[in-house]
Amino acid sequence: MSESTLSPALRKTALNAVHRAAKSKMVDFGGWDMPVDCCGLIAEHMAVRTGVGVFDVSHMGDIQLRGPGSLAAIQKLCMNDASKLAEGQAQYSAMLYPNGTFVDDVVVHKLSENDYLIVINAGTREKDVQWIRKVIGSMPSVHMNDFSDYYTQVAIQGPRAAETLQKLTAVDLSGIKNYWFTWGRLDLKDGGALHNVMIARTGYTGEDGFEIYVPSDEATSARVWGEVLEAGSEFGILACGLGARNTLRLEAGMALYGHEISDTINVFEAGLGRYAKLDKGDFVGRDALLEVQAAGGPKRKLVGLEMVERGIGRDGYPVFSLDGKRLGEITSGSPSPFLKKNIAMAIVPVEFTALDTEVAVEIRGQMVKAKVVALPFYKRPRKST
Amino acid sequence: MSYPANYRYTKEHEWISVDGTTGSVGITDYAQDSLGDIVFVDLPKVGDAVEAGKTFGSVESVKAVSDLYSPVSGTVAAVNDSLKEKPETINTDANTTWLLKVELSDAKQVDGLLAAAEYEKFISEETGH
Repeated sequence: MSESTLSPALRKTALNAVHRAAKSKMVDFGGWDMPVDCCGLIAEHMAVRTGVGVFDVSHMGDIQLRGPGSLAAIQKLCMNDASKLAEGQAQYSAMLYPNGTFVDDVVVHKLSENDYLIVINAGTREKDVQWIRKVIGSMPSVHMNDFSDYYTQVAIQGPRAAETLQKLTAVDLSGIKNYWFTWGRLDLKDGGALHNVMIARTGYTGEDGFEIYVPSDEATSARVWGEVLEAGSEFGILACGLGARNTLRLEAGMALYGHEISDTINVFEAGLGRYAKLDKGDFVGRDALLEVQAAGGPKRKLVGLEMVERGIGRDGYPVFSLDGKRLGEITSGSPSPFLKKNIAMAIVPVEFTALDTEVAVEIRGQMVKAKVVALPFYKRPRKST
Repeated sequence: MSYPANYRYTKEHEWISVDGTTGSVGITDYAQDSLGDIVFVDLPKVGDAVEAGKTFGSVESVKAVSDLYSPVSGTVAAVNDSLKEKPETINTDANTTWLLKVELSDAKQVDGLLAAAEYEKFISEETGH
């Protein structure tokens, strides 16, 4: 529901006035005043799946680690192997606590030999910064800069995202592979230009798409936002809020901090073991993960659920075996606008993780049947390029 | 947003339209707008009793669940079964989409509900505009 007066503690992105002028429904997300619904959640969701949608994700954080010691620092801090990155390449990774649970999930970008960018979640920004300082504090030749407020980050997502963004830049977007990025010039109307803009083929929707990082002054941000909307209008572009962002990432089986990953869930329980490169050398949390492996694996795991009987299993709803044993809780659950089913993710004992296992979700006192299905729920159709 | 003058309203954003001893109950335009795209409606069965001020079911959007509170006491005379397949009808036209019809046990209860102008005033106070 829109609020006309803000608590002074709520932070705003540079596009806040634009969202409010467009009459988006606003919500407090991790201390940020963000649009949850701009044009209708289902319409926004479908625009991303069939055309293109645009998101303001400036509330996320951007931490730069620089210096000859920056790779060593990233390698200690994050579980994936950053030494495999080429310049211009990014990887999904995570920072772990010593017990193998999550500080946050991140995307690590190699800008150049001694220069890395870690994009972190909005809700965990301060915690992450303190954590990074703590871990790298005693390491040589590495310096941390928090550039979070320097960038307006705009995500353009969907099968028509490339065509949309291509109208605004001479950079050949077809040359940027998935999870790679480059720097280039955005050409705005009236001869305006934004030089040295980072353009990354990353996103959180399960579709093809880009995230661009532009200067965070309000005028520039508004201008870029408006020109993206105009460029995408022939493809039915819609401004999208956090509501659609959540249903899109849920369909794609992507984790959300505080739900599928947290400080009480370890890497194997979350099903993210393939991003933890235990052979790369030591990193914070590695010993704990090796112990889990040595013990034969995790005792509980993340599964996908599809409601079988009528009802919507939502975040936090308990999950039971059919004979009444409590198995766990739904970590994220919602109707799926594209698949037209009610889907959820939950962490349950490994004995209940086989596909088609039937369970019961407690929905306001009623037990409603669901079954285990494969993750992700949705995979975008692959074009041959 | 519109609020028909001949309906009565509750602070929980339901409306009731009375015809003799039967009241048709729905949710207001304001409620459907706040909820967003409605995907699921949970309603009682014909013959169930409802009590003024108590919940009789729920309506769900993609992102939220909202309890439905009965404006009046009585017995459920009819349920709008089309809402099982097409709950989004409520978003399209909240004012004419009835959820259930209630055989009123006390027709005078309706007089205690808000008139359209009072309901509109209530909303503007609640949201500050």
